[in-house]
Amino acid sequence: MNTKDLIPIEQFCKIYEIEFSFISSLNDFGLIELIYIDKDEFIELEKIQEVERIIRLHNELGVNLEGIDIITNLIEKIDNLQKRLHSVQNQLDIYKD
Amino acid sequence: MSFIDYYKVLEIPKTASEKDIKKAYRKLARKHHPDVNTNDENAKLKFQQINEANEVLSDPEKRKKYDKYGKDWEHGEAYEKARQQQQQQYQYSGGGQQFSGSGGSYSEGDFSDFFESMFGGARQSSGRSQQKYRGQDINATLQLNLTDVLKAQKQTLTVNGKKIRLTIPAGVENNQTIKIKNHGGKGVNGGPNGDLYITFHIINNTKFKRGGKNLYIIVELDLYTAILGGDKTIDTLNGKVKLKIKPETQNNTKVKVKGKGFPVYKKADEYGDLYITYHIKMPTNLTSKEKELFNELSKLR
Repeated sequence: MNTKDLIPIEQFCKIYEIEFSFISSLNDFGLIELIYIDKDEFIELEKIQEVERIIRLHNELGVNLEGIDIITNLIEKIDNLQKRLHSVQNQLDIYKD
Repeated sequence: MSFIDYYKVLEIPKTASEKDIKKAYRKLARKHHPDVNTNDENAKLKFQQINEANEVLSDPEKRKKYDKYGKDWEHGEAYEKARQQQQQQYQYSGGGQQFSGSGGSYSEGDFSDFFESMFGGARQSSGRSQQKYRGQDINATLQLNLTDVLKAQKQTLTVNGKKIRLTIPAGVENNQTIKIKNHGGKGVNGGPNGDLYITFHIINNTKFKRGGKNLYIIVELDLYTAILGGDKTIDTLNGKVKLKIKPETQNNTKVKVKGKGFPVYKKADEYGDLYITYHIKMPTNLTSKEKELFNELSKLR
């Protein structure tokens, strides 16, 4: 993995004003995956959007990690259902006058 | 600009205590938070409204001012001032054709004109964290005709003042969203840009009906071609097709013309099929000679 696609955890925590322990527990919960290179820990830039979302749910709504995991799963389900609904709606168009 | 009833927004009475306000705000924030309402522009708007209401009602000074001037809004001095401000307002001029973009920017704390004229410039809503590193995602919709997505085509769009060249793949579905990486808002502190999400609204401007990759059409046959068979040439979305009508074709018979449907999304040169339903048209205004011949035919059965 190219290190330009990664951000060191330390830097990430500083920018987002969060404790390392928070990121560490996200990793323990399986909500994010940390990348280890030698002894350093990184987050993929690709995953930042996801981590930001987790931080917002935690800070703005006070949701704990269990809750965030549940929300994440439910949203994924809703997204899939929405996609299927659109596809079904498009299929139904053939019956519209 | 109209008066906004912040009490109504938070669903509380005017006599609500600070505790009631906090409770109502938190409850509504959980319900309408954009992170639990993905792809829902209404929820975003609602979330902005409750943040704005909370900004005013949870601050004793602002609440006092709002309670005092708010109800006389349409008559008071404040109204005059606001009206003048409104006239000077920046007019949004859209970018590309039929293109409407909106920053995925609920965190920008876009407060209403009403708020701005009463309390001054828009401020960061207290309920949201500011952008720190990665740029904002931008959601936009693009309206296209069905015939526009028959072939992949290059388009230049203007999103938030920036020109973006992109290729829209053939076969895009109605309401499909595609993600264009790094074309959202700019990152800060060396962070990556956000992504641009474009949702397509496809208007069917053809006589065909579309169901995914397949197209459907009703073709009328006259009675004689249906009974005796023959040829019929029809237009498809990619060229003319000569149909061989079998003798004794029944009404509502369906036939498939392979490869004359719609292009398959992201599969170059692959096409769906065209389904034709034959509707047999009965002759009307028969002459006496024709009636005579039909009579003769019926006796043969």
